[in-house]
Amino acid sequence: MINKNPQLDENGILQHLLTTEGLPASLLLRILDTAESFVGVTERDVKKIPLLRGKSIFNLFFEPSTRTRTTFEIAAKRLSADVINLNIAVSAQSKGERLLDTVNNLSAMNADMFVVRHSQSGAAHLIANHVRSDIHVINAGDGSHAHPTQALLDMFTIRHYKKDFRNLSVAIIGDILHSRVARSQIHALTTLGVPEVRVIAPKTLLPKMVERLGVHVYHDMAKGLRNIDVLMMLRLQNERMQGANLPSPEEYFKYYGLTPEKLSLARRNAIVMHPGPMNRGVEIDSSVADGKQSVILPQVTFGIAVRMAVMSILAGN
Amino acid sequence: MQLPDAEVLYKDLEEKIRVDCDKDTALIGIHTGGAWLAERLHHALGITQPLGTLDVSFYRDDFDKVGLHSEVKRSTIPFEVEGAHIILVDDVLNTGRTVRAAINEMFDYGRPARISLATLVDRGGRELPIAAKYTAIELTLPADKMLVLKREKSGKLSLVLHDKNLPE
Repeated sequence: MINKNPQLDENGILQHLLTTEGLPASLLLRILDTAESFVGVTERDVKKIPLLRGKSIFNLFFEPSTRTRTTFEIAAKRLSADVINLNIAVSAQSKGERLLDTVNNLSAMNADMFVVRHSQSGAAHLIANHVRSDIHVINAGDGSHAHPTQALLDMFTIRHYKKDFRNLSVAIIGDILHSRVARSQIHALTTLGVPEVRVIAPKTLLPKMVERLGVHVYHDMAKGLRNIDVLMMLRLQNERMQGANLPSPEEYFKYYGLTPEKLSLARRNAIVMHPGPMNRGVEIDSSVADGKQSVILPQVTFGIAVRMAVMSILAGN
Repeated sequence: MQLPDAEVLYKDLEEKIRVDCDKDTALIGIHTGGAWLAERLHHALGITQPLGTLDVSFYRDDFDKVGLHSEVKRSTIPFEVEGAHIILVDDVLNTGRTVRAAINEMFDYGRPARISLATLVDRGGRELPIAAKYTAIELTLPADKMLVLKREKSGKLSLVLHDKNLPE
């Protein structure tokens, strides 16, 4: 029997981080506050602390990723944990059983934590339900379902620049349909009390009934960006550019690509975010990506502190 | 039981430290009580080096038992630790484990020339070879009680005794 939300134990203590959905605001804020202290550590000459000394963290990446895997690896190493990276290419017929076999074998090697990236939604849940109770699982992206640490580092970035969530208007722009990042962002933003969350995308890139998540839907950048404080761009995945969802990258850029002209429609001090990697000239113009309002590189730096916070809170629970 | 007046103790500690202070002296307070004391000492003693604060949560030796503290504050040491003459300030000295953690943390910033320890109350019960150079008072307290420094909005300090296993 699969427990639907195995993230929290019966006392509400975080055991795994699988999705931002269903986590209380107090817990999200605790992660952000803890990350704040880790930013201090990452600014020192010695960027290492002994907290997770002797712990083994396995990065299980069933889907290619450089940036996310690297930031998890750096985070774990700065906590003095031993990190083992496994890049496991997955074939269509070898899901399910073989995944859990892999996990069983690694558990037998005394793993303390798994960081899991998988192209199938629910893979991290499956593993969390399967492992011994003293092993913690972090979802580093599962299919188009969730990517909670990305959403948390985005929340950290927003709070860093805007201080308070409760008077903000935030727009998420791009391929909402296929984006695990967007789903995790929406849950985190609404939980933290952001009063106005918008999604801006062509109809073909929006999930059905997305309004039910508590967002306002716009198809037009000119209308959607009005009075916006935070622009969260999404990557337009190359593999989605073929097929029926989109006419062409050029046409997408014309209507939804973030140019200085479109950015000027938002609030004057709005910040621009992107989870990376960017397609310059498709969803974002280079002059915006490298411009004064861009906080894309600070996002990467904060990502390490946020992942250190998640790992150390989980390891201590 | 009647606890001593924290304000009187503070004054005494300030005078004891004053004697040794010079232009090279730097202060670091341990969160939260030690940081309050260090803040006042820094001002009262006219210390020129900027004030440092430490939250030793990331260096504690009981992480495996109790996990990460729920309210971790950021450590800041805004001066060069390498070669510094540091007075580490805490409110209550007991087992010495907090001080051990603080020393380890300071060494990740650099190699100080000297670290001395100042504490408002030394309640004994040491589990490590650590001693304070400056102490306002030594108290013997029941082992199941926790001595906590409180600060009112006005800044007034006081000491409170809690049961160890109960939340504050």
